[in-house]
Amino acid sequence: MTTRHRPPLTPAQLADLQDLALAVRAHCVRMAGGGGCFLGASLSCADLVVYLYRHVLQVDPRQPDREDRDWFLLSKGHDVPALYGTLAELGFFPRERLAKHLSPDDCLYWHPNRGVPGVEYHSGSLGHLLAVGAGVALDLKLRGHDQKVYVLLGDGELNEGSVWEAVLVAAAHRLDNLIVVVDRNGFQANLRTEELVPLEPIADKFRAFGWYAAGVDGHDFNALHDVFSELGGSDGRPRAVIATTVRGRGLRNLEARADRWFCRLSDGEVAGFLAELRGGGAVDLDTPGLVVR
Amino acid sequence: MSYERILGDLAERDERIVVMTAENRAAIRGLPARLGSRFIDTGITEMTLVGMATGLALRGRIPVVHALAAFLTLRAYEFIRTDIGITGVPVKLVGYVPGILSEANGPTHQAIEDLALMRAIPGLRVFCPADGPELVAGLPHIVADPHPWYIRYVDAAARLPHTGEFAIGRAEVHGDDGGTPPDVSLVACGYTAGEAHGAAEILRQDGLRVHVVNLRTLVPVDESALLEAARADLVVTVEDHRRVGGLHSRLCELLVARGLRANVRAVAIEDWFTPALLADAIVHAGLDAGSIAARTRAWLSQLEVDHVR
Repeated sequence: MTTRHRPPLTPAQLADLQDLALAVRAHCVRMAGGGGCFLGASLSCADLVVYLYRHVLQVDPRQPDREDRDWFLLSKGHDVPALYGTLAELGFFPRERLAKHLSPDDCLYWHPNRGVPGVEYHSGSLGHLLAVGAGVALDLKLRGHDQKVYVLLGDGELNEGSVWEAVLVAAAHRLDNLIVVVDRNGFQANLRTEELVPLEPIADKFRAFGWYAAGVDGHDFNALHDVFSELGGSDGRPRAVIATTVRGRGLRNLEARADRWFCRLSDGEVAGFLAELRGGGAVDLDTPGLVVR
Repeated sequence: MSYERILGDLAERDERIVVMTAENRAAIRGLPARLGSRFIDTGITEMTLVGMATGLALRGRIPVVHALAAFLTLRAYEFIRTDIGITGVPVKLVGYVPGILSEANGPTHQAIEDLALMRAIPGLRVFCPADGPELVAGLPHIVADPHPWYIRYVDAAARLPHTGEFAIGRAEVHGDDGGTPPDVSLVACGYTAGEAHGAAEILRQDGLRVHVVNLRTLVPVDESALLEAARADLVVTVEDHRRVGGLHSRLCELLVARGLRANVRAVAIEDWFTPALLADAIVHAGLDAGSIAARTRAWLSQLEVDHVR
């Protein structure tokens, strides 16, 4: 795959992305009912996942395992509702299957596994899939294939030493077909990242390790389109996109609530949030905040 | 035939094989020249080594991965368990200087809980060759097997005579087959199988009937060989590993599961072994043939005393 210089998004493409992102957010809200899910992190990366699947990844919902596909690895596995929702909307599996979230009859649990069509590999323990992605990228290089490997990391995940070990090794092996996307929502489980283990400047850290790095507003589809359109190249440097996002994006009273890392919503909250996504007023939260760690 | 030679030959015949290392090249120094880009050195990064091996395996490769046994099985344990173990991708992990073979390095380098750790991962298989020839004989079988494996690397010259073909899950049994149970069974795996064999020679000079079971693979284990060994008056397990979780535990688990009783004793490492060159370290640790024979005689005497009472 060579550098893709692409025209800007058309109004129709933008509307399509917005519709898709709305549908994915609605799936996330529904999954936060019942047994709950990591809703805030799912909403922060929803636009990223939607954009990547719609305009970047060369994947085929009818043949998820086809040899010439791009790879997407969700390393911050707790935001998998965004991925489940996207895969369902794109036809990797029927939307009805999402109703089986957390059912022992299916395998749609709180972290991804490859029993779900489109999910490349399991995660949940942070700091694992960058190295796995580097292995996939290295094999693609060895075979002379031009597919790419995208790995979505959380910003809190950057606490893990194994991430930086893999960042070093990916640069050493000149894996310019490996692209990290950091969902920079500013929070880890309980605290703001900068209050616990400060991460900034993240882009400069990647650059210092031999990577190309760029920042972007992770909720602005036009900006994402610009960044990913200019991300190609074969200069040997792996790529990092630091996407600034908002935890809980789209639900005003959920945004930036550190005690709402894991959400188990009441039926009323689910209905209210679904209405809010479609233009209704902000929903007051009535269930107590939950932190599961 | 050396390990390096057979691995290079296998890799040249099968492009799926990639040889990886976390800058532990002692056993594979000649392979970069033979394999080119299919020799992958990640530097001193055991976690990334295992993660990248997993990614390569997802693309259809068979990674044969090298690092010091202690660092591979301990530093990267969660990566082995989670990246490799959950799906069972066919990564072959080769632990260098395991057990007593770390010699004078000290406790940081003593992989003496590796068998317990690797055995605890579902689907991960464990090969403990007694010596270099057994490693070379087994390697093609291990590489061809679709499971992930942990291999305790050893390059010593033959430490006991090898009888019959190598087969996964089949032990090698040494001793006369008189049809009746022997006085003593020495059950061993890995480098110390050679010492068990030497101990048996000593004990036979006392007129004892002694069988030596060289397990070769600890997972899967040769249950029938263990059950046969357990029919002896005394069963001694011999391993350069902690008593917890390795060969001794495996035998005891089997006996309990079958509701069988046997007089089982362990020659194993109780905490850390005294760092020294191999010939001295093995004696200090009580893992040499003479020490095994002496302790076996003492246990036999005790059994006779108990029997008279």
